Amino acid sequence: MIRIPTVVVGAGHAGLAVSKLLTDRHIEHVVLERGEVANTWRRERWDSLRLLTPNWQTRLPGFAYSGNDPDGFMTMPEVVGFIDAYATAVKAPVETGVAVRWLRRNGDRYEIAADGRRWDAASVVLATGGFNLPKLPALAADLPPGIESVTGIDYKRPDQLPEGGVLVVGASATGIQVANELQRSGRQVTLAVGEHVRLPRLYRGRDIQWWMEQIGRLDERYDQVDDLVRARHVPSPQLVGTPDRSTLDLNALTAQGVRLVGKLSAIQDGKAYFSGSLRNVCSLADLKMRRLLDEIDAWIDEQGLAGEVGEPERFPATEVENDPALSIYLSSEISSVFWATGYRADYSWLDIDVLDRKGELRHDGGVVADSPGLYRIGLNFLRRRKSSFIHGAEDDAIDLTEHLVSYLEVFHGMRAAG
Amino acid sequence: MEEEKKQVTTTQKPPVSNGVNVQALLDARTALIDAPEAAQFTWRATNEWAGGTHSKSTVQEFFGLGADQTHRTTFQYDADHPEVFASEDHGPTPVEFVLVGLASCLTAGVAAVAQNREIQLNSVKATIEGDMDILGILGGDPEVRNGFNNIRVKYEIDADATQEEIEALVAQSQKRSAVFDVITNPTNVTVTVN
Repeated sequence: MIRIPTVVVGAGHAGLAVSKLLTDRHIEHVVLERGEVANTWRRERWDSLRLLTPNWQTRLPGFAYSGNDPDGFMTMPEVVGFIDAYATAVKAPVETGVAVRWLRRNGDRYEIAADGRRWDAASVVLATGGFNLPKLPALAADLPPGIESVTGIDYKRPDQLPEGGVLVVGASATGIQVANELQRSGRQVTLAVGEHVRLPRLYRGRDIQWWMEQIGRLDERYDQVDDLVRARHVPSPQLVGTPDRSTLDLNALTAQGVRLVGKLSAIQDGKAYFSGSLRNVCSLADLKMRRLLDEIDAWIDEQGLAGEVGEPERFPATEVENDPALSIYLSSEISSVFWATGYRADYSWLDIDVLDRKGELRHDGGVVADSPGLYRIGLNFLRRRKSSFIHGAEDDAIDLTEHLVSYLEVFHGMRAAG
Repeated sequence: MEEEKKQVTTTQKPPVSNGVNVQALLDARTALIDAPEAAQFTWRATNEWAGGTHSKSTVQEFFGLGADQTHRTTFQYDADHPEVFASEDHGPTPVEFVLVGLASCLTAGVAAVAQNREIQLNSVKATIEGDMDILGILGGDPEVRNGFNNIRVKYEIDADATQEEIEALVAQSQKRSAVFDVITNPTNVTVTVN
């Protein structure tokens, strides 16, 4: 048994950010990593994926992008290189290839078992990512045999899928990016569109992320937002990071030949049925995007920047054909289904009663109040709207490290150096 | 004097009242998230044949919040088919009840959302149309479905809000509407005979 003040589980960007701040506070700790540093980015993403956030925004505590393409978007090998370089720069005490088997609470301490070893820690930070497992709707079980089923975790490239039509379920960042490349690969794509978030890549000459950061949208806090449950479950925005900084919205996909249908609502007797709500979910997203652009315009006027940036733009409404299909025959039209229906965290190794009835962790901005000394980082809107982005880890890690250090001082009598 | 009056009206905005107790709904949501079993409702109606294509439906009880509930009064509805169907037209056709259900649900939603967004409604009017090829119900063409092939709802709303805010009210109302969901998504229906 190794006795240590803090164990961080997961050496992705968020776990490493916490590690760096713990080191700054002279808190002894270890970072346990099931695979290699940045494992999810290395192995559980598709080949063409790039970050949704531009390089200038890709930063971690004490570390930032230093290349010559600040407006570009990192490929996955570049992200891995960036996080690897960070682990080295901050001298993170990472133990790789150590998969945690279980985590238990023993009095006011935690016991962690991994690969025949045990750690006895006063505090634990879960930095295991929020995208470990695909979140499939119950109706996925009704898919007839013979139709390939793929998720963002096992998908790499189009030629992995059989020839023939593809039904992409979900119009999040994952859904639209994969729909785009599958359609370009010569497969007819049908895209089932539920509620989604539409954003232009560029607005008034700047990246949308720049505006979101400037107007304070990304810093909105979890304890100030109207409906936190909703905010935490909003699908990822329809964005793609490409060298030409182009917008990939539903209109762009329609122009490629992608067929839009409503949300997948049932699979029965070999047919997939789609909701008749397509027009409304598109209106909701169009209206919401417009409100954001209005807000950006108002901010620009307020700051007196109108002369320094591009002209205001309004983008065409999402086009929906007159009678979008309400059903398709799966066997004759579809050879594979791509589930872009979201991801969820894997807590199967957590032997502590801290999950809600939906299997999600009960926490207050990353502080697991029901189990003092336990912390979570790296979830959607954990503490701020930017929490799920790489640059969002910094402020969350600062807050949580601060809480953790106070906890160790007050409840475990450990003095940390300021 | 005119100037002063104008100022008073702009600075003392009266509280928005659309007659919807939004706070009660928000409180209910908070309470039901912690007690999800109380959120399970069963809606009920009884129906009795009255001769020809005419029937009478009664709505009185429902189940919810863990107990049987009763409407303030018993509501009764006649349904029939029009004379062009060689019927006696004692009431709306059942499909017209469906249109009524959709419009009432959306309008209730518009009022609730407006209240929540502090938008004063002055008038809300909807015209609702459903297109149907009756060769379906007559069994005259196996390719034609029985139900509506298209439903259109047109709202005319006078509110203290911009056109976009009004559009957003109507969009949000669809998003949260039970009848909109019932119509736009399949539902398993089991009909048994005792």
